[in-house]
Amino acid sequence: MTFTFDARVARRDFDVSFTLEEGETVAVLGPNGAGKSTLLNLISGLLAADDGHAELEGASLFDTRAGTQHGSKPPHQRAVALLAQEALLFPHLSVLNNVAFGPRSAGARRQASHAAARRWLAEVDGSEFENRRPAQLSGGQAQRIAVARALAAEPRLLLLDEPMAALDMAVTPAIRRMLKRVLAGRTALIVTHDILDAYTLADRVLVIERGRVVEDGPTREVLERPRTAFAAGIAGLSILSGVRTPTGLRTDDGIELAVSTGAAAANATEWPAPDAGTAVIVAVRPSAVTVSNRPPAAAVNAIEGVITDLEQRGDLVRVRTDRLAADLTARRVAELDLTDGSRAWFSFDPGAAALYPATRPRAR
Amino acid sequence: MTLPVRSFAALFMAAAVIMGAAACSSSSNGSSASVGNAPSSSATTAPGGTIIVFAAASLKATFTKLGTEFQAANPGTTVTFSFAGSSDLVTQITGGAPADVFASADTKNMTKLTDAKLISGTPVNFATNVLEIAVPPGNPAGVKTFADLGKSSIKTVICAVAVPCGAATATIETATGVTIPAVSQESSVTDVLGKVSSGEADAGLVYVTDVKGAGTSVTGVPFAESSTAVNTYPIGALASTKSSALSQAFIAFVTGSTGQGVLSDAGFGKP
Amino acid sequence: MKASSGYAGVPRWVLAIAIIGALFVVLPLVAMVVRVNWGQLIPLITSKESTDALLLSLRTSGAATLLCIIVGVPMALVLARTRFPGQRIVRSLVLLPLVLPPVVGGIALLYTFGRQGLLKAPMDFLGIQIAFSTTAVILAQTFVALPFLVLSLEGALRTVGTRYEAIGATLGAGPTTVLRRITLPLVLPALVSGAVLSFARALGEFGATLTFAGSLQGVTRTLPLEIYLQRESDPDAAVALALVLVAVAILVVGLAHQASLGNAGGRQRLL
Repeated sequence: MTFTFDARVARRDFDVSFTLEEGETVAVLGPNGAGKSTLLNLISGLLAADDGHAELEGASLFDTRAGTQHGSKPPHQRAVALLAQEALLFPHLSVLNNVAFGPRSAGARRQASHAAARRWLAEVDGSEFENRRPAQLSGGQAQRIAVARALAAEPRLLLLDEPMAALDMAVTPAIRRMLKRVLAGRTALIVTHDILDAYTLADRVLVIERGRVVEDGPTREVLERPRTAFAAGIAGLSILSGVRTPTGLRTDDGIELAVSTGAAAANATEWPAPDAGTAVIVAVRPSAVTVSNRPPAAAVNAIEGVITDLEQRGDLVRVRTDRLAADLTARRVAELDLTDGSRAWFSFDPGAAALYPATRPRAR
Repeated sequence: MTLPVRSFAALFMAAAVIMGAAACSSSSNGSSASVGNAPSSSATTAPGGTIIVFAAASLKATFTKLGTEFQAANPGTTVTFSFAGSSDLVTQITGGAPADVFASADTKNMTKLTDAKLISGTPVNFATNVLEIAVPPGNPAGVKTFADLGKSSIKTVICAVAVPCGAATATIETATGVTIPAVSQESSVTDVLGKVSSGEADAGLVYVTDVKGAGTSVTGVPFAESSTAVNTYPIGALASTKSSALSQAFIAFVTGSTGQGVLSDAGFGKP
Repeated sequence: MKASSGYAGVPRWVLAIAIIGALFVVLPLVAMVVRVNWGQLIPLITSKESTDALLLSLRTSGAATLLCIIVGVPMALVLARTRFPGQRIVRSLVLLPLVLPPVVGGIALLYTFGRQGLLKAPMDFLGIQIAFSTTAVILAQTFVALPFLVLSLEGALRTVGTRYEAIGATLGAGPTTVLRRITLPLVLPALVSGAVLSFARALGEFGATLTFAGSLQGVTRTLPLEIYLQRESDPDAAVALALVLVAVAILVVGLAHQASLGNAGGRQRLL
């Protein structure tokens, strides 16, 4: 284990533990206020844990356990660099001196630190900005420099706190590509709300809700077979939990659904279909759901729902209920006269759903 | 550009800070007192009225007392005082301040007003004052004579030459040939007394009446050489007064037996 | 900052009151300039007394400003960046000299550093005597000027926040490096303006100096004390010196402003 973390903060109801492998990039997902910032602050040393310990490449970051002599290391001795949503480049320093800040702080001479800074600037395609002031940079440019600055400090662990959230949509793809390049083989933790970030940058995903890790697994596994509403939401899936039946599952509120498993099924699984009687989850894509005002033909899985939300997404409208969601054309929504609070029947084809155990098998 | 505006604002602020400090400090040296009750309490046939007396700060205790007695003796009259340094009062009077009577701590300041024809008639000298050595209680440095003040081991505080008590000090220094290596030359008697009573200084040169007025906070050491610099206090009614009779009555009261008695009690000498 | 472009949104009546306010500050300055005896200005301000007072004022105010920076920066940092019980009380106490009449400040300093003061024993032991010395002037000025620096710097530190500092720490910079390379450069404009305000306040300091340090030409008689003294005998000289004081303040504020602007343009020279 390159990095182990296990900490509790009572006043924030935070209790999280996980580990990182050498060179592994992990995306941290979770709703606002779930404890993602608390996690980053605990790791970087800007916040003290009530109880717990963390170790990075054999060196203790903090340790409150009785009998240990480690205590808590101040932020500047942790070799953990933090890249925030905003670039936060030091406004009084040139771009070059910003990037050289880490090496200088580590004791490098001016020449050496400038050489290192130029190397990292080249790495993020920011060499041309070397002599600029941060105020003269666009948001995307500044974030590139901030990445170079964080990397130049040669951290053993890099923390990224929604690094693209404050950026113009137009520059996001380029920054994401750059991050993919520099994060390759680097131990890093990236907090994001963006499923594309998770797929592109992360090997693994941690979902945090209300101060607890609720999902932890390989990116594809978590995002294609979500077990929690939050992960399902971010993956754009509707999930229903229930018990395995020979043909599919019976939901917690007693509705029988048919789901075809095996090679023919959508999102074919590499795990064998769960046995009858075990707790399972079925995931359905909103695009595979049709909506009608009357109960559809008996052979189709159909659930009556109360509409909670209508959201325009391009030329489609996502119609949400407390159970399933559906993507419909605006015309169809008008024809069905769907509004908040109205009732409708949501149905999907047995082959369009994925069925998997409610508890995630250990990935490794 | 916003720069000139900002610099200007900064200048303003700096200027305000300086002026504010100066204003605070200068307000502390002037004081005024109003004596007396409303005349309604004593219905009388005696000529009533109100006069304003501008008097030297060193007269504060005695004149306040005399004002009360004057009002008691002349029911229906009110005497209001404004006490400050004599030169301040002269500045105020020439500036048009509404005074009826002026009592100066020296003839020099009175002369400024007589030269400007602001005094009616000739001022009358009503008291004299001489210097005395003030020492902290117990006289820790053992000061006994004026010559002692010439020693550099004794920290003496005197008035600056520009103010009357400093001028008197210089006169005595010249007459005796003793030069005082003063550690400070203050601009008022109060400041000299403050340094002595706090024990900062071993000795200070102030007027006899100041030592007496300071009570037990300082001890007086009289010295014979003080007679070489006798300060005379003149009093006069202003030409512009509308209460000439009452003003003259007050001057007569001060120069009369009651006034002289009170002044003598305070340490003032006969004119 | 850029009021010159776009919607300013200042109602006319606000502008009118602002102009009245500006006049309120400017007119007394104008009135003073009008009173200057220009024919005698040069001799008045180049006399030995005047130049001694001016040089002393510049020296002591400079030293006081330096002292303010040396102790004020750590004070502002502790107040802005840490939390401890009684912090609010400590902050109010630190700002006390702002509301304390300077004379009272002088008395308090006397009771602390004076010959009979609170620190009598340790100061006697070390053989330190600051009564009637230039050191006393600097202490008095520092006492009244310190809050200006602490106040403006603490506000700036709070405004800047700790985000840059946190980033600096995660990049491997220890607390001292963060302070030197991030915090101080970020608040440099506030530090400069705070220092300028402190200097201006020290330059105008009168009451505390008079009470605590005394008044001796070339040693403790700063420009405000000289003005106060001259006023007794030579109002022309007092006005002329006041003009010098204002001119010096304007010059210093202007220079400091220039310097801080120059720094904003090329702050990397600090590194």
